[in-house]
Amino acid sequence: MKDEIIIAGFGGQGVLSMGKILAYAALENDLEVTWMPSYGPEQRGGTANVTVIISDDTISSPILDTYDTAVILNQQSLDKFEEKVKPGGVLIYDPYGIHHVPTRTDITIVPVDAMEATIEMGQAKSYNMILLGALLKMRPDVPVEAVVRGLKKALPERHHHLIPVNEAAIRKGMELVKE
Amino acid sequence: MKDNVKLMKGNEAIAMAAIRYGCDGYFGYPITPQSEVLETLEAQMPWETTGMVVLQAESEVASINMVYGGAATGKAVMTSSSSPGVSLMQEGISYLAASELPALIVNVMRGGPGLGTIHPSQSDYFQATKGGGHGDYRLIVLAPSTVQEMADFVSLGFDLSFKYRTPSMILADGVVGQMMEKVVLPEQRPRRTEEEIRRQCPWAATGKDNGRTKRNVVTSLELDSAVMEKNNERFQRTYKEIEKNEVRYEAKYTEDAEYLIVAFGSIARICMKAIEDARKEGVKVGIIRPITLWPFPYDAIREAAANVKGILCVEINAGQMIEDVRLAVSDSVPVRHFGRMGGIVPNPNEILDALRRDFIDKPANAKED
Repeated sequence: MKDEIIIAGFGGQGVLSMGKILAYAALENDLEVTWMPSYGPEQRGGTANVTVIISDDTISSPILDTYDTAVILNQQSLDKFEEKVKPGGVLIYDPYGIHHVPTRTDITIVPVDAMEATIEMGQAKSYNMILLGALLKMRPDVPVEAVVRGLKKALPERHHHLIPVNEAAIRKGMELVKE
Repeated sequence: MKDNVKLMKGNEAIAMAAIRYGCDGYFGYPITPQSEVLETLEAQMPWETTGMVVLQAESEVASINMVYGGAATGKAVMTSSSSPGVSLMQEGISYLAASELPALIVNVMRGGPGLGTIHPSQSDYFQATKGGGHGDYRLIVLAPSTVQEMADFVSLGFDLSFKYRTPSMILADGVVGQMMEKVVLPEQRPRRTEEEIRRQCPWAATGKDNGRTKRNVVTSLELDSAVMEKNNERFQRTYKEIEKNEVRYEAKYTEDAEYLIVAFGSIARICMKAIEDARKEGVKVGIIRPITLWPFPYDAIREAAANVKGILCVEINAGQMIEDVRLAVSDSVPVRHFGRMGGIVPNPNEILDALRRDFIDKPANAKED
């Protein structure tokens, strides 16, 4: 088993955190994992992305050119990464703010109305967790329980009371993926 | 999951490993992409547990001279920075080498020259291995390619440095500094006591103790040229010993290789992916990953190159290590370089393309350019 994932969007949308929580979940599940961020001045407003590789075998390169799975949070990232999903791969995106929808027919395209759900739930900061839920539904690389344990590791203790909210958002994201 | 397996950045692993080694002092100044070393140390507050000093100096020049001062008293001291900051430290590093002082310097390289970019690079190979400062000196240079090696090379770097009384450097880059992966940290060791330092470092400036009548003087200045030449001869003997004993490298798929890649640090991992892809297509590519950049694994490369049609030297720079690779094989095999600059890291496809362009797709009798 190996899943090469790119998560991309604006800085501030929780792209790096989503990757980090996934990485901790992989660790909890005794899998190999690498987390490679696009670090730099793009922390807020600019584009940010992170490559997460989860595997049951040793991982060589933490940097890739093509991906099994893409989670896309804005138009710029969609323009950049749609072509980089391997044939047969999965592209999850939030249609909110997207003007040019993905057009490829050789990959599975999964629109997830995460922004809408976030507003409905009144939990703006759990936006990235809804998309993480959608990812876990499409790619069950790690069980949700491991993700919740991962949350405990990824979040500082003072934020642990928010774990139930995050878990609810993850489950909401799983539901949003239409069969 | 085993409790001792942690997920962290390479920079964080350096900081955690330093505390656990029993490091006496860290002196540094923040710079991307290595700032997490200092940040992690500040967050861990080891001065309250092991007694380790952590100090943010006013500059890199101050940091390296604080390291000089600490090292002169036999303490295990270190600093870390990134390329432009390490340039500022070169005078101090030359002084450390000339004063035969053990110390650990970490360079998490970013793209240069000048202030350059904050993104990964390997363009300080020459500076690290050929003497960035003045004078005939060498640094022991360790090139980690995983977060685990970031942690492991802290103790290796210190141990070698104390064994040979010469500074050592961890030459990492923004990829291995910023990425997170699994790591098992070493066990916590106690810092050495004053008594142990006096016993293990009889050269150190510890004062007139234990019946010693003369103070130890640590200096790099020697105005008598005849004595200075003797000093240099002693340094060179040490370097010969290191070259004899401490060469480290990793070889993979070299037994049946038609083509050889030589790459160090993070890019070696990216090359591994290219090699896996090439082998799926039936092209037999092997790799030598120098772990010590000095002493350089000349013999290993020469032996691995005996039966290959060509060597591709992949570096995140304009071509620096390639000079040592060409020395290793005396140009008996064509050696080509592939790299990106300015903070761009090549991906596995680009490496495979370079291999095809330079060797695989080239007719055997093609004229050399």
